[in-house]
Amino acid sequence: MNSNIWLLTFADAISIATTLILASLGAILTERSGVINLGVEGMLLMGAVTGFVVADSSGNLWLALLVSVLVGVVLSAVHAALTIGLRANQIVSGLAMVIFGTGLSQFIGKPVEGLPRPVIIRPLNFGALSDIPILGPVVFGHDLFTYLTWLLAAGLSFYLHRTRPGLLLRATGDAPATVDAQGGSVARIRWMHVIAGGALMSFAGAWYMFARAAAWSQAATTNGIGWIALALVVFASWRPLRAIGGAVLFGFTLQVPFTLQAEQISILPPTIVAMFPYLVTLAVLVALSTPRARRLLGAPKLLGQPFVRDER
Amino acid sequence: MSQAGRAVAPALVARGITKRFPGVVANDSVNFDVARGEVHTLLGENGAGKSTLASVLCGLYRPEEGQLLRNGAEIRLNSPRDGLSQGIAMVHQHFRLVDRFTVAENVVLGHKSLSFVLDNAAIEERVASITQEFGLPLDPRAVVGELSAGERQRVEIVKALYQGAELLLLDEPTALLAPPEVEKLFITVRAMTHAGKSVVFVSHKLGEVVDISDRITVMRAGKVTGSVRRGDADVRRLAELMVGREINIVPRRAKSPTSDVLLSISQVHLEREGAEILTDINLEGRAGEIVGVSGVAGNGQRDLAEVVAGLRMPQRGNVTVCGVPTSRAGALGARRAGLAYVPEDRLGTGLAPSLSMVDNLVLTRKRGFIVDRKSALRESEGFIRQLEIKTPGPLTPTRKLSGGNAQKVLLARELFAVSGARVLIVCSPTRGLDVGAVEAVHALLDEARDAGKAILMISEDLDEVMTLADRVMVLYRGRITLEQAGIDADLDRIGRAMAGLAS
Repeated sequence: MNSNIWLLTFADAISIATTLILASLGAILTERSGVINLGVEGMLLMGAVTGFVVADSSGNLWLALLVSVLVGVVLSAVHAALTIGLRANQIVSGLAMVIFGTGLSQFIGKPVEGLPRPVIIRPLNFGALSDIPILGPVVFGHDLFTYLTWLLAAGLSFYLHRTRPGLLLRATGDAPATVDAQGGSVARIRWMHVIAGGALMSFAGAWYMFARAAAWSQAATTNGIGWIALALVVFASWRPLRAIGGAVLFGFTLQVPFTLQAEQISILPPTIVAMFPYLVTLAVLVALSTPRARRLLGAPKLLGQPFVRDER
Repeated sequence: MSQAGRAVAPALVARGITKRFPGVVANDSVNFDVARGEVHTLLGENGAGKSTLASVLCGLYRPEEGQLLRNGAEIRLNSPRDGLSQGIAMVHQHFRLVDRFTVAENVVLGHKSLSFVLDNAAIEERVASITQEFGLPLDPRAVVGELSAGERQRVEIVKALYQGAELLLLDEPTALLAPPEVEKLFITVRAMTHAGKSVVFVSHKLGEVVDISDRITVMRAGKVTGSVRRGDADVRRLAELMVGREINIVPRRAKSPTSDVLLSISQVHLEREGAEILTDINLEGRAGEIVGVSGVAGNGQRDLAEVVAGLRMPQRGNVTVCGVPTSRAGALGARRAGLAYVPEDRLGTGLAPSLSMVDNLVLTRKRGFIVDRKSALRESEGFIRQLEIKTPGPLTPTRKLSGGNAQKVLLARELFAVSGARVLIVCSPTRGLDVGAVEAVHALLDEARDAGKAILMISEDLDEVMTLADRVMVLYRGRITLEQAGIDADLDRIGRAMAGLAS
């Protein structure tokens, strides 16, 4: 009985990890190009709320997902224009994205606040496979997008390490001057990956809305998952496949307070336990601010620095 | 042009190349050519314009005037990529490699005809075959960040060859290499010319280029001063061409006999990351004299200044300023003992660029909690009048001043405002300044000497050293290889010592 509840917690962690993986894959793509986008939380919220509103009026899940991806594209294009085009400070622009996304999503979501989800992403039906002990709920208890997300992580890993554009992307984050000297366009590579990353981030928000959240509420929908995703990028050393393991771990810590509460286990007050993932996130983000830590963790070397061709 | 004419046309000809940068003509109608299978060296001091010319030849810079002919046909290069499509590649002094990539990844990065999915095995094989053909020992799978400078340079060369380069420009290729690595590089250069490729070797190291070059062209101040063929290469003559013969200087020397030793450096050794930077440096600076330390950049001059300024701690040896040992005292300790320091980087290290002249003066004053800006303002106004500093006012940020005026502000602070400073270190005090400002700075230094200060002047500008120094020293690879009285200073001997030739 007791082990069963922990198993379910783990299965739940894998499910919630989907949104973390998607968001951190988006951040990995963005940061590998040398641009940091701290606006993940804002992107998630905007993806979630626009998806909800579109689904509410159309009843069409696919249209809702498409619109929220487009919203991510537009928002990240703004970030790209500010940071790549105008060479604005990436941290400031990213934080502005968070504030903007939070405020605008609240405004858009006002009329639908508290309404039940118009459409729901449900786990796939694997028939008898789902009844296998342990393996059933852990492996065969998820929806289509969870499996696609795992495939995407594998695909991006291949893209980064085994393809020509992936090679250029990695070089752009590490040594943009080298790419420039070879006739590659640093700005174009950065634009493309910031936008692709933004699309993934807001898709992560939309998935969370339809698969995990009970209803739209600005305060409770994403719960700071965007910030956790940023920490996860560091945990994963900017490698897509490693993001999966880290996401499950973070997902588990997000679920543990609920399980503790349900089981009435009181080693620590559940509110304290619930702080844990955020404390880790805070610690990781603080650690990331020192150049030495960034180098050791394998951050793109010139992450956060605008590229200006040096023409003497 | 006839077929036969085309066959003997040089691999690359540059005619009348002029390239200007703000305030300086880096190349002044320069002519240059290189034949197939030839090593043609561009020799000259720093700032002579060699690297600029090489950058024009590879397409990095577009010249204002002049033309390029590749195998007899005129070409236009708008980017290094254009250069590459003509088979011209440059290996820069500062490598353009991605540290975290493997050798093979670096070599293929940016290569045009690369498949979408990388065939690592095939790439590594091709890289390995190039490294074998040209004697460039390298493991294609090694991570570049873990390689030595010599190995990284090989990666750059392999990259150029992989991309089909027929003409390689090597910019100061030996600057970062240990002697055995230089030998290996020369083997590679010979292998390349043997295979019909052309090599342009850019260097300021007179000694070593004589061996490797088929031709040597010497540049000075943006112009070609001479060109010699292998066999006619006389080191003495090359040194003359490099340093320039006519120097119309009005020497200024110490007017009063000097006696008190204010600065003493004895047996200083400095190591960094296991490499010896300074070896057994002994030097004395007396009140009322200027000691000029000369040498080609990167031979330890800057480190010497930083040791004396208390910014670096030598492993062995002592520095005393006005009788106080300072080698372990840090920058503040050295200042307290009576040291003033004018670093080469005047805006940034010397002055705080965003602060006004007034605040910059306050910076080095005695440390109290509350600053006395009123007296600093009066002091600034005095300096502005006295030194004819061109500035909108004493409250203007120093970064808005021209190089010469910023240098005057810095000198004013270090020479006059610092109470009690009797020893002054100045590094490249006139680099980048126009003639008028150079004269003003020299006059200030001369005045400070007459006021009884001991001045250690570190400069690559030989004219400057010859004009001002009462004693001249040459640093080569961290050692003092020559010491002469300023009056007897012999340009030939100094030039040779700078080039590392035994005098």
